[in-house]
Amino acid sequence: MLAEILQSLPQVLVDGLALGAIYAVIALGYTMVYGILELINFAHGEIFMTGAFIGVAMLILMTGMGWLAAMPAILALILVLVVTSILTGFMGVGIERMAYRPLRNSPKLITLISAIGVSFLLQDLVRFITEYKRGNYILTGPSMFNEQFAIKFSSISSSFSDAFFKTSTLILIISVVIMMVGLDFFVNKTKWGMAMRAVAQDRETASLMSINVNKVISLTFFIGSALGGATGVLFAVQYGTIDPYIGFILGLKAFTAAVLGGIGNIRGAMAGGIMLGLLEMFAAANLQLLTGGILGAEYKDVFAFAILIIVLIFKPEGLFGKAVTEKV
Amino acid sequence: MHKLTNKLKGNKLAQIILLVLYVLVTSLSLYLAQASVTAFLLLLFSLLLLYYTELPDRLKWVIAGVVLIGVIPFVSSTGPGYQSYMEVATVVGIYVAMALGLNIVVGLAGLLDLGFVAFFAIGAYTYGIFATGQAANFMPFGDFPLSGESFWIFILIGCFVAALFGVLLGIPVLRVKGDYLAIVTLGFGEIIRIVFNNLDKPVNITNGAMGLASVKPPEIFGYQFVYPNQFYFIVLAILLFVILAVRRFEYSRIGRSWKAVRENEIAAQSMGIHLVRTKLLAFAIGASFSGMMGVVFAAKQTFVDPTSFTLLESITILVMVILGGMGSVPGVILGAAVITILNLQVLTEVTNYLNQLSLNGVISFPEALAPAKMQRFIFGAILIVFAIYRPQGLIPAKNPVFDEESLKEGSKKHRKEQITVEPDKGFQA
Repeated sequence: MLAEILQSLPQVLVDGLALGAIYAVIALGYTMVYGILELINFAHGEIFMTGAFIGVAMLILMTGMGWLAAMPAILALILVLVVTSILTGFMGVGIERMAYRPLRNSPKLITLISAIGVSFLLQDLVRFITEYKRGNYILTGPSMFNEQFAIKFSSISSSFSDAFFKTSTLILIISVVIMMVGLDFFVNKTKWGMAMRAVAQDRETASLMSINVNKVISLTFFIGSALGGATGVLFAVQYGTIDPYIGFILGLKAFTAAVLGGIGNIRGAMAGGIMLGLLEMFAAANLQLLTGGILGAEYKDVFAFAILIIVLIFKPEGLFGKAVTEKV
Repeated sequence: MHKLTNKLKGNKLAQIILLVLYVLVTSLSLYLAQASVTAFLLLLFSLLLLYYTELPDRLKWVIAGVVLIGVIPFVSSTGPGYQSYMEVATVVGIYVAMALGLNIVVGLAGLLDLGFVAFFAIGAYTYGIFATGQAANFMPFGDFPLSGESFWIFILIGCFVAALFGVLLGIPVLRVKGDYLAIVTLGFGEIIRIVFNNLDKPVNITNGAMGLASVKPPEIFGYQFVYPNQFYFIVLAILLFVILAVRRFEYSRIGRSWKAVRENEIAAQSMGIHLVRTKLLAFAIGASFSGMMGVVFAAKQTFVDPTSFTLLESITILVMVILGGMGSVPGVILGAAVITILNLQVLTEVTNYLNQLSLNGVISFPEALAPAKMQRFIFGAILIVFAIYRPQGLIPAKNPVFDEESLKEGSKKHRKEQITVEPDKGFQA
């Protein structure tokens, strides 16, 4: 049994890293908003999904006009990423302005309900537009970056088999690393980042220090949503087919990642995302083997939620978070 | 208009006459024009009117009973639409009971449960597995399927099993702070669905995605319940029990501790309320209503499969509670009725009408915009609008107010007259 697990391990690592990278960036969006507003932004998964649709729509449009053939594919992708992230960023700001800001002093339950409403609204809006334009709400983007590579793990030791990955996986991982490093720099080294940290720590005191709290919150939503939207595009390029309902479960798992890393903690979210991706891929590949055929790969979602529940019970502050005591 | 309502206020006789007239007119029109859905809906609307009259509570119950047991089944019985009307009424009843269950969890105890449909699924599968040959796959003894007479016991069993799962979910989860709870219950709802979807191996318990077909219909003394008009009365009986139970709970000690926990956990705890026990009770009782209706649902559909228990269902029930008013029993009943009828009748009717129009070439109407497909959009919009503009819902919850002086001195009879109500301030912030 161990030999079989080892055999598939390299492929699991590569796939898990790709999935984990996606979880990590989406988890950033959850963790940033939670850090500042103490609100689970249910709509974040939908922003990711909308980003995927905007990106695919642009790619299809560019193929139709012949631009995609005319310019190098990587340039086209960068263009799409930038435009999508700006659009979804403003979308996030708009959502905050319309659905969350009026409720900032309401009980938390009400804000959560509003967030769920936004998430459902967006799902159906995207479904409607796609179905209206294309006749079908499941969308397949133009295939890009499909060249296969193999890492010859078998040359290291015969107990491993080779891992295969596509160019798109490489692009995904590189872009995610760039995004995360950029964000880390922004939050820790710039003036606006300092303002964000201050607001997260204590909103009222921050506003006394002449920080425009509303602007900072808007900025947080902009950055989180822009990153989420860009990840959506990368997801669509990596996995090909998208539908309006991908965001919800994926968002839920990304939230799990954020909890795993300690909610409110940006570096924790990154680590949590990668860890969850690896764990989930490992479960998908090996659950059947480990449980003697009782549980199959279809239980991988159950596995992810089980992790969430276990973490919440035994270490609710997450792996890298600090325990907070509630003030009366 | 305002003048008219002012005149009506306080004049009970006029209210009774108007109400009876209204019921007569709508039931007559339904009796004569059987195909008219509008007449049916207007007849149901009379119950809302009844709620707003100033009659004594006991009389209201009697009138509601007469309308529900006598008038509605009778006047709709003569036409071809009979079974479909009864089907709608039955489904409304099922959802009302579930929404009342969720109302205890969300409205009274303030715990956001996004996986509520899981308990409904548990109830449905409890009966479904034993009332088909499915149980023979893993039960070492007994003769399956069980006869339809076991249905009546299974209502209780479904209730207990769902409550048990409510407690099992609650024990680990309720230590978690409020907003994590939403995520965990959401995950739990998905887990239950995935598990039911895949539990056909290694031992075939739920028959996986194929679902359980030909569930035995309920039976008593050789009389079988097959049609919606028969289930209507079962649902009505259970609903009556549920409403009475919720009413009693709401004003009892446990109901008051739920509200206290909702308003401020720490303050409630310092007043000697056992947090975990209180929350667990809310979970278990809410789940048990759902489990009972799950059993009825399985028997009514004679078919159970995992696609009936998706996240959309959980959110639908949540929308009912939010729309009606969190913590308000009449509100939640209204919300459940409105949403179910919207789902079953209005959206499909409007879609058919629009399709007809576009077939005739009057307007060109894109298939994608069919209202029957826009549920998520409509529910999402309702959630946002109500959260922002009317968090207390259509019929806000009310709390009884006791006059301290008269409580101290007065006799029991005297006290009863003093009870007035004021709006529940819980969600108005």
